[in-house]
Amino acid sequence: MREFAQLLIAGLSTGAIYASLALALVLIYQSTEVVNFAQGEMAMFSTFIAWELIDKGMPFWAAFALTLALAFFGGVTIERVIIRPVEKASVLTIVIVTVGLLLIFNNLAGGIWGFQLKTFPSPFPSGTWQVSGVVISQQSVGVFGVALLVMALLAVFFRFTALGLAMRATAMNREPAELMGIHTTWMLALGWGLAAVVGATAGVLVAPIVFLDPNMMQGLLLFAFAGATLGGFESPGGAVLGGLLVGVAQAMIGNYVSFIGTDLSLTVAMAIIVLVLVFKPTGLFGQAAARRV
Amino acid sequence: MLEIRDLVAAYGPVTALRGVNVRVPQGTTVTILGANGAGKSTILRAVSGLLKPTHGSIQLDGERIDRKSAASIVRRGISLVPEGRQLFTALTVEQNLRLGAFTRSDRRGVREDLLRVYDYFPRLRERMKQPAGSLSGGEQQMLAIGRALMAHPRLLLLDEPSTGLAPFLVRDIFQIVSTINREQGTTVLLVEQNATLSLSIADYGYVIETGRVVIEAPAHELRENEAVRKAYLGY
Amino acid sequence: MGGIWQRAHVPSLAWLGVALLLIIFPPWLAGGYRIFQFTFVVIYLIAILGLNIVTGYNGQFSLGHGAFFAVGAYVTGALMFHAGAPYWATIPLAGLTAGVVGFLFAIPALRLSGLYLALATLALAISVPQILKKWESVTGGVQGLVLTKPHSPIGALTSDQWLFYFTAVVALALYIAAWVVLRSSVGRAFVAIRDNEVAAEAAGIPIARFKTLAFGMSAFYAGVAGSLSAFVVAYVAPDSFDFLLSLNLVVGMVVGGTGTIVGPALGAVFIEFLPSYSQDVSRAAPGVVEGVVLVLFMYLMPTGVAGFVATAGRKALSLVRRRTADHAAAGPVTPTLADQEPRAGPGEGG
Repeated sequence: MREFAQLLIAGLSTGAIYASLALALVLIYQSTEVVNFAQGEMAMFSTFIAWELIDKGMPFWAAFALTLALAFFGGVTIERVIIRPVEKASVLTIVIVTVGLLLIFNNLAGGIWGFQLKTFPSPFPSGTWQVSGVVISQQSVGVFGVALLVMALLAVFFRFTALGLAMRATAMNREPAELMGIHTTWMLALGWGLAAVVGATAGVLVAPIVFLDPNMMQGLLLFAFAGATLGGFESPGGAVLGGLLVGVAQAMIGNYVSFIGTDLSLTVAMAIIVLVLVFKPTGLFGQAAARRV
Repeated sequence: MLEIRDLVAAYGPVTALRGVNVRVPQGTTVTILGANGAGKSTILRAVSGLLKPTHGSIQLDGERIDRKSAASIVRRGISLVPEGRQLFTALTVEQNLRLGAFTRSDRRGVREDLLRVYDYFPRLRERMKQPAGSLSGGEQQMLAIGRALMAHPRLLLLDEPSTGLAPFLVRDIFQIVSTINREQGTTVLLVEQNATLSLSIADYGYVIETGRVVIEAPAHELRENEAVRKAYLGY
Repeated sequence: MGGIWQRAHVPSLAWLGVALLLIIFPPWLAGGYRIFQFTFVVIYLIAILGLNIVTGYNGQFSLGHGAFFAVGAYVTGALMFHAGAPYWATIPLAGLTAGVVGFLFAIPALRLSGLYLALATLALAISVPQILKKWESVTGGVQGLVLTKPHSPIGALTSDQWLFYFTAVVALALYIAAWVVLRSSVGRAFVAIRDNEVAAEAAGIPIARFKTLAFGMSAFYAGVAGSLSAFVVAYVAPDSFDFLLSLNLVVGMVVGGTGTIVGPALGAVFIEFLPSYSQDVSRAAPGVVEGVVLVLFMYLMPTGVAGFVATAGRKALSLVRRRTADHAAAGPVTPTLADQEPRAGPGEGG
């Protein structure tokens, strides 16, 4: 039982990171119907920027904030400059463009910062708490807290602010959104900016755990995809829950199913993606009615 | 107030308008009548900036708006109630109305307008927390009009508000449009197939066929016109 | 909408001639490593040809063909390493195994369209190295399997030269096979499904059968390519089959042009030689260039180089024709990705 609780906590903590990245994917998908295959690499690139800033002597949280600002600006710019010209093209064209971005960011990071692993400082103390025998690392609580905070802020933004509402309206139905006086093209760019911010948060949170290198996000992106698919690409709340579930499942399976262990974690993620897509393509929380055809 | 000159517009290779002239003077209600596919809706799409005309001009108070974006045209005081209502069905009634006021920063004015819309359409007040998709057809039309009013437009464009509604509801809605025109001085441009009702609240009317204006006259004259009676009034 | 996709017509004799010339000359002109590179051009050509069958001709998007490539490579690797099988004898089995895996994967994938299929295949590609590492008794785990490089049976040829000819002959055979299949009623069914699945179904084409067939056939090609790569390199290891391989194949297909039969050759040259030239700049340069090329191609030449040349040629031709004769020449239209599966614009929903 104690072991179970411990695994649950560890799973929720990594799950929160998957959840943020899944949320980033869903945010872009909802507003533009684009699955951004470069989402993970954009997050990785942001994390390298944070590393560079910290390495140059900036305090952690200041570097974090600056990185988020840069990520936002970068996301908006990418949408306006690179995605806009193919916005009305076929799905495949856009997929190829985002795959192109993936290659660019991956290798650009390698070219600038090198392909070897780097340690990334953790903002959280390395100590642990003991709660009735269960060891809880302060690191995982911190990661969970920050990820949750970011997601809560987003939820408030989309629910209660005029801008958030305008973004949702644009995602739902673009023409009447324009009739409301909303500059819809900017809303799409804003969506990319926010997704980049959420992705960068995930990157900075995960970097102390998995080390920093240009390929760090490939596995993570797969888990995030699994979370987003599980929750449903149409549902931001579902994506968050899906991400958490994937994190917990990974921790449990890694410990209790010795054949799979941690060696086949990516394979489990693939299986989740394929099974959900085949048996419940809308995910656990997406409604079929909300699907746009 | 609104001056459409020699408007030509097309959807891809299909020409929908072939040189249309329409004038909408300040404070009046003008109606455009015509059969399905005559090009009525195209005029409103062009005025509201959803469709860029291939030729001709559209002026609002002397300023050309035919090359402006839909969003900037709303800011100039023109609101469209689109065909088929086009609500944000997953959002609540109140959220839809708030989106209508997206361009405005005068919080007090917005609150007053919200109350006024609820006064015009008490049903919307009862259902303000419900998703727009759960409303009945008539309520959805009310919401679409209310949403357009929230931008506090000087010119209100209505595209076939009677579509799919029971006759008594249509009467109510036209009644309210007429009230808005009278009380608030909002200029109205109304596109309809239902000629009887629209001529009853309009000051002036145009009849268009296959992308051209074929008759224009004050509304009371159109009601008497033999050809219009035969074709659109059905008696 | 997608009706302008048509089968690329191939001036067959001319291309066969070009292929023969390419096959005869390189080994004598180039030194050891160059031959090895040319051999890999041929291997990539086969894999891209396979990808092109399922994506270009059948409209199913795969970001994971590296996985089938890996299956082929490991079947050959395992048979040679554990059973001492002769390299040439492993090829059919490698191809068939990959084909069957592809076919089986295609059954659940039938329910996935566009974006989701891309996602599922990408997931497959990312997880393959892990599976290979795990199944250590057969695959040799992280270490991989070291194979003996095939010797040349002809005294006048070095081993590398022999392997070039060997792969080239295999490629030629597969090329001709693809050409025959794609020109047959099967190929027409593939294209009909790509252009309009609903219409194809209404016309009585069994969609599921042809989509799984296209996927299986495509995976077979990738598997044969993987098999060839295994003994040409004389080594198989999990990390050579990461998902960047899959992305490379996509790059090759896009550069060459989807839905054409000449394109894969151009794409294969591109993905083989780009790294060796741009690597001098930095290790990261090839990837950056590939990424930029992908994006730029989508903007400028969505039909790929082959399509671009064909379109330009046709334009010039029709200009001439218009001047001489007065009848409009409606030549075959080059397929573009942009024509495929137009997205529901965000404004059309609700």
